[in-house]
Amino acid sequence: MSQSNPTVEPVEPALFKQETPWRQFVRTFLEDRVAVTGLMMLLLIIITAILAPWITPQNPYDLGTVDLMDSRIPPGEQTMEGYTAWLGTDGVGRDLYSAILYGLRISLMVGVVSGLIAASFGMCVGLIAAYAGGKVEAVIMRIVDLQLSLPTILVALILVAALGKGVDKIIFALVVVQWAYYARTVRGTALVERNKEYVEAAQSLGLSKTRVIFRHILPNCLAPVIVVLTVQTAHAISLEATLSFLGVGLPQTEPSLGVLIANGFQYMMSGRYWISVFPGLALLFTIVSINLVGDRIRDVLNPRLEK
Amino acid sequence: MLSFFIRRFAQAALVIAVMVVLVFFGVNVVGDPIWMLISPEMDQEAIEKTAAALGLDKPIIEQFFHFVKGLFQGDLGRSFVHGEPAIQLILSRMGATMELAVVALLMAIVFGLPLGMYAGLYPDRRSSRMIMSGSILGFSLPTFWVGLMLIMLFAVMLGWLPASGRGETVSIFGFETSLLTLNGWQHIALPAFNLALLKISLMIRLARAGTREAMLMDYVKFARAKGLKESTIIRVHVLKNIMIPIVTVLGLEFGSLVAFSVVTETIFSWPGMGKLLLEAIQRLDRPVIVAYVMVVVVLFVVINLIVDLLYSVLDPRVRITGAKA
Amino acid sequence: MVSHVLEIRDLATHFMTRAGVVKAVDGVSLTVGRGEVLGLVGESGSGKSVTGYSIMGLVDPPGRVVGGSIKLEGEELVGMDDDSLRHVRGKKIAMIFQDPMMTLNPVLRIDTQMTEAILAHENVSKKAALARAKQALERVGIPAAAERLKAYPHQFSGGMRQRVAIATALLNQPAVIIADEPTTALDVTIQSQILAEIQQLCREMGTALIWITHDLTVVAGLAQRIAVMYAGRVVETGLVNEVLDDPLHPYTRGLLGSLPSAAIPGQPLDQIPGSTPSLGRLPPGCAFSPRCRDATELCHQEAPVNRYFSNGRQARCHHPLSTIALVAPPSNI
Repeated sequence: MSQSNPTVEPVEPALFKQETPWRQFVRTFLEDRVAVTGLMMLLLIIITAILAPWITPQNPYDLGTVDLMDSRIPPGEQTMEGYTAWLGTDGVGRDLYSAILYGLRISLMVGVVSGLIAASFGMCVGLIAAYAGGKVEAVIMRIVDLQLSLPTILVALILVAALGKGVDKIIFALVVVQWAYYARTVRGTALVERNKEYVEAAQSLGLSKTRVIFRHILPNCLAPVIVVLTVQTAHAISLEATLSFLGVGLPQTEPSLGVLIANGFQYMMSGRYWISVFPGLALLFTIVSINLVGDRIRDVLNPRLEK
Repeated sequence: MLSFFIRRFAQAALVIAVMVVLVFFGVNVVGDPIWMLISPEMDQEAIEKTAAALGLDKPIIEQFFHFVKGLFQGDLGRSFVHGEPAIQLILSRMGATMELAVVALLMAIVFGLPLGMYAGLYPDRRSSRMIMSGSILGFSLPTFWVGLMLIMLFAVMLGWLPASGRGETVSIFGFETSLLTLNGWQHIALPAFNLALLKISLMIRLARAGTREAMLMDYVKFARAKGLKESTIIRVHVLKNIMIPIVTVLGLEFGSLVAFSVVTETIFSWPGMGKLLLEAIQRLDRPVIVAYVMVVVVLFVVINLIVDLLYSVLDPRVRITGAKA
Repeated sequence: MVSHVLEIRDLATHFMTRAGVVKAVDGVSLTVGRGEVLGLVGESGSGKSVTGYSIMGLVDPPGRVVGGSIKLEGEELVGMDDDSLRHVRGKKIAMIFQDPMMTLNPVLRIDTQMTEAILAHENVSKKAALARAKQALERVGIPAAAERLKAYPHQFSGGMRQRVAIATALLNQPAVIIADEPTTALDVTIQSQILAEIQQLCREMGTALIWITHDLTVVAGLAQRIAVMYAGRVVETGLVNEVLDDPLHPYTRGLLGSLPSAAIPGQPLDQIPGSTPSLGRLPPGCAFSPRCRDATELCHQEAPVNRYFSNGRQARCHHPLSTIALVAPPSNI
């Protein structure tokens, strides 16, 4: 006769530690090594950009320190001004290392500022749409859909063509291109949240509509907004670089990475690759690290993908 | 089915009408409307004469009707730079852009679909993870930078492919195409790939997500229970299901391809609409800008319509009930 | 010894999850005779569906059949290579699932989905396969079969879709059909129709049927023999009438007692206290002991083995309810 009963070992339930949602989020986020690498890269980039004036040998916009004799020096060699151009110099004698760090500042600033403005505006629109309902919502969402169906680069190009060059105009164009995405995301989340019980509970306590929206619903909408913010910021930085490269973005007086790359384009064929490639790599690392972090945040916050 | 088509067509016409109004009032409210029709080099007297002759001192509504009338007649002004009617200029370059966009789309399918499906079928393999990391890289890299790198690598360093221009064209059914010559393919390879990279990444992610989801569906289990070969199941059951969202997204992305061609055409000196637009922006050739916008809007609306129809063909649930499943 | 068409012995299917090993099926033994209907009864979480999948070789990772033997017409299925298993699936054993809307691919036509079941195993022409599909549809009572073949799943009602699934299962004239709660998702009236039809079809074609369900009433009218599962094990087996009239296992008694039809009007429903254990954390001893009102110290400490009684009945209990005679286990164990 066969014995078919393996001994059953009871499994002790692990003690349930109380973890705040924030700590849980951070812990899960850190589980993916690639995302952590991205985060490290991003932090490094941001810190060097902020510290630029203190860690560069030259202020590339101070024309007094730029010597035409120093132009097109290959990476690693000494310049006339007396410092080593680790990444070489560009066509007018600017040290590339310095130019890149200063350029990063502008690129990051433009991307982040436009992202935050677009997010705020888009969130408000989305919340209004979700809460107003009816015709107001329908009209708003039609506008949002229309905006979203147009490719960002075209809208940005046309706007910049009409408005001209300049940091403020670029930021405006970037905001116009981004807000709709936030509006749609927030409206979707707000609609779902609106039907949840805690809203009813708050309302039954007699709280005003505005208070309910801003103090109760809004915090719950933030999670998807953060995901969108990271991805869109990367996109905004990329878009600004593209516009600047095409010559319709930022002016030469405020050179972002895109402007630097454009300046170096003409030297590519003659072998002086560094003038374009190094700013390009800086741009690349920035965008990739933001995307890695954003991707991971999205995976962590998405309950369906829990493996 | 017919009523569905008519409804969509009416919606499309409405969108075009809205865009016409937006473009007109946008151009005329944002800047001085006279700039749209004259060259920036004229002196004050000539400007005033032209303004009067063109009826710009008339009320704006009248000007609007004038504009719309011009639209229907196909007259959107003349390019300052080239002297030709703007609309003709755009249309003559449209073929080159379309060729580039279509080849890029094909590349996206040919490269992206198999890679994405593979990553979806075997998500835990190292190669799959590499494919996914590659796809993040693919849509992080700005198009213009990839173009630069491609030129540097393939044209300058390796010398395999040309860095600019369109290849020899052959006329077929009245259309010029460069796809029938080897030279033509050599020239289109880099720019099309550059344009396609973003879409390849998108395709990989879509195909992977769709495949993963489809493999978990009950009908796959049932197909296995019937004793079908795994490869048959993937080919017949899974593929047909993921094609629906993929086709819709790709169709809508085609518009984005046309838009991004501005960048690619500039870098690779490809003689299409995009390059024309950029030059027009740089040289303040406003009639060309307006003409480009109008053409692109119509193009988008047409694409949306086609995608909608395609969707109903692919998804039998839509076809029969007439509603979106 | 009667040769059974399906003989399962000590089947064990475990799931290696992050939280630990879940023993979904832990030592299940069943036999099904030629043309016989066996009802496999249990609550959700008892492992009955997983047993069905294990027989078909359709257990998804992280689950795996880790032990035991499944003999189909004498052929051993456990440990068979994938290719050979694929030839058996759909041809010698077929399966019908619970939700026909999900098991039929919404973007493929019915004829495609039926003919592929034939063409995967036999080298016949498409025309011949179509003809057989049409015949099968008519057999399950679908009117205008020729046109229906060209339709899509969403054009059918729930009951019709399930009939299509049944027709597909019968296409290759399998020896055994495993039906996993096929009528649970249907209206009650359709349910009884389909039940009757399947019964008749299986009788006509001599196909054995394993009917997996949680509904005792269904089994009562349909099956000849019944096996009751709890927490991954079979706790009682026997002829349907005998088990339902005179249960040996306290769990079976509990199930019968909690049927609404067994209730005395006005009195509270008789329920089994507690809830089914999580399969990753089974108690020591008998899995049912925490909920059994007749449990003794022995029950809590030692898991009972399968005992054999007269008339082919079996029960896994230290203190079986009835006093029918214990017999020696059959010699081929």
